[in-house]
Amino acid sequence: MAVIRDVMPAFDLLQPSSAADAQKLLQQHGEEAWVMAGGLDSFDWLKDRIKKPKVLVDLSGIDELKGIRATGDDLEIGAMTTLTEIVNHPEIKAKYSVLSDAAELVASPQIRNQGTLGGNVSQDARCWYYRGGWPCYRAGGNICYADTPVGRNREHAIFGANRCVAVHPSDTAPALIALDAKFVIQTPKGERVVDAEDYFLGPEIDITHLNILEPGDLLTAIRIPSTWAGAKFYFEKVRDRNVWDFPLMNVASAMMLNGGNIDRIRIAVSAVAPKPMRLKAVEDAVRGKPADAATGEMAGQLAVQGAVPLQFNAYKIPLMRNLVKRAIGGVQEATWTS
Amino acid sequence: MTEIPELKTTDTASKSITRRRFILGVIASGGIVAAANYKFISSAVHGQNSSAGERLITINVNGMQRRVDVMKQETLAWTLRYKLGLTGTKLGCDRAECGACTVLIDDVPHYSCSTLTHTVRGRKVTTVEGLASADGKLHPVQQAVVDTQGFQCAFCMSGFIMSAVGFLKTNPNPTRTELAHGISGNLCRCQDYNKILDSMMRGAEYMRRA
Repeated sequence: MAVIRDVMPAFDLLQPSSAADAQKLLQQHGEEAWVMAGGLDSFDWLKDRIKKPKVLVDLSGIDELKGIRATGDDLEIGAMTTLTEIVNHPEIKAKYSVLSDAAELVASPQIRNQGTLGGNVSQDARCWYYRGGWPCYRAGGNICYADTPVGRNREHAIFGANRCVAVHPSDTAPALIALDAKFVIQTPKGERVVDAEDYFLGPEIDITHLNILEPGDLLTAIRIPSTWAGAKFYFEKVRDRNVWDFPLMNVASAMMLNGGNIDRIRIAVSAVAPKPMRLKAVEDAVRGKPADAATGEMAGQLAVQGAVPLQFNAYKIPLMRNLVKRAIGGVQEATWTS
Repeated sequence: MTEIPELKTTDTASKSITRRRFILGVIASGGIVAAANYKFISSAVHGQNSSAGERLITINVNGMQRRVDVMKQETLAWTLRYKLGLTGTKLGCDRAECGACTVLIDDVPHYSCSTLTHTVRGRKVTTVEGLASADGKLHPVQQAVVDTQGFQCAFCMSGFIMSAVGFLKTNPNPTRTELAHGISGNLCRCQDYNKILDSMMRGAEYMRRA
């Protein structure tokens, strides 16, 4: 599709200054409202004329949704906190470095300066057929253009595909799952707190949405419990270019070791399935075992069981095996820098 | 009284008139629908200023309060280039993928193509035109670019300079790798990255000396 460089089509811009006002506006406008956080996901849709909301609710003026606060032992990150703030936050770096590592690998410096944590976990799928405005399942149609013999599906799912084969593009989502984070959502019926992994939806439940937000809902904060503070963390993202690109795959893990053995562990991968995938079977299998290459090898083998590759993405199976192996057994090789 | 029987006798003629009138009516009402549609669209575009907020806003650009008429959906890059004449800010991809439009908002680099102008009210915007001091003396990073001849075609230059200036505010003494990471949100199609980094490193040195 040719790139349009004209001014976007008109919409009404509403700029509430409090979360309560924002929620009221979202409730009032329902499906017609588009929620904009940093805007990096939104502008692609609007500039390409693929989504044409009548009302844009801009959250950037709501100070109460920004910033990182300690609540007891936990840490509460406002949904509008920028990724740069998360990267630079001393407590996150010291205790929950898997999140700051993940945030630092998102897109480019300017995007991290503007993009928010809430937006990063709530962004839409990047499948280019869907993004290009093709009437696919995810867009409400009845065909998948990626899952055909000639469809370009190198970036697509090896797990959890159900008609749609798009993957979840977020880098911070697996890190938040590894940290057992809680998502705080303001709904018309009141506050709702869900586990990180329950925030995301697969196509078998809702093929047109990647998360549980309904019209009128607002993600206001993400809470990091102290359960995993200071754990042994691992985050790795594999992508084509070291800047801008969405992950071909990423992995996040948090481990508590006891004398070299894995006492507790949470591990999640993303960009392999329509939602960030927590590997519960792997967690159960490696508990009590030493955190070494042999355990990692076993975990990697287990993680890819049941994977169904498409025409061009079979490479994701060994990639996932190796990422899981590294997340548990560690890695000696030099890491990439950009 | 005579007219009524007359109408009855000309039954076929009145039918054909009715049909013609009916067709004319369809055309006319179609026209009305189209006109109403047009009116609706135009009111949707122009009606905004009355419905929510003002279009005539004041933004702080390069230390000056600039009064400007801004559409709700207008990006900062558009306002800077086409309303305020600050064409030093370039529009490359218009999709947050090249960095040519980078400006500082409250001293932090942002892609102005992906920022709505209405969201920078009350914030401080700095473009490449605002770097030199009032007496025309170039900013150290600009001077370093001149001294190093750091760019080839230089379309990407203002974006790179703004990214570097923003990055050096938080890290005034970076290694070459750190600086490369700091300005990694900008692309150069001439692939002139080494010389760009040379000039930005020299700019950092000039800034420390100044």
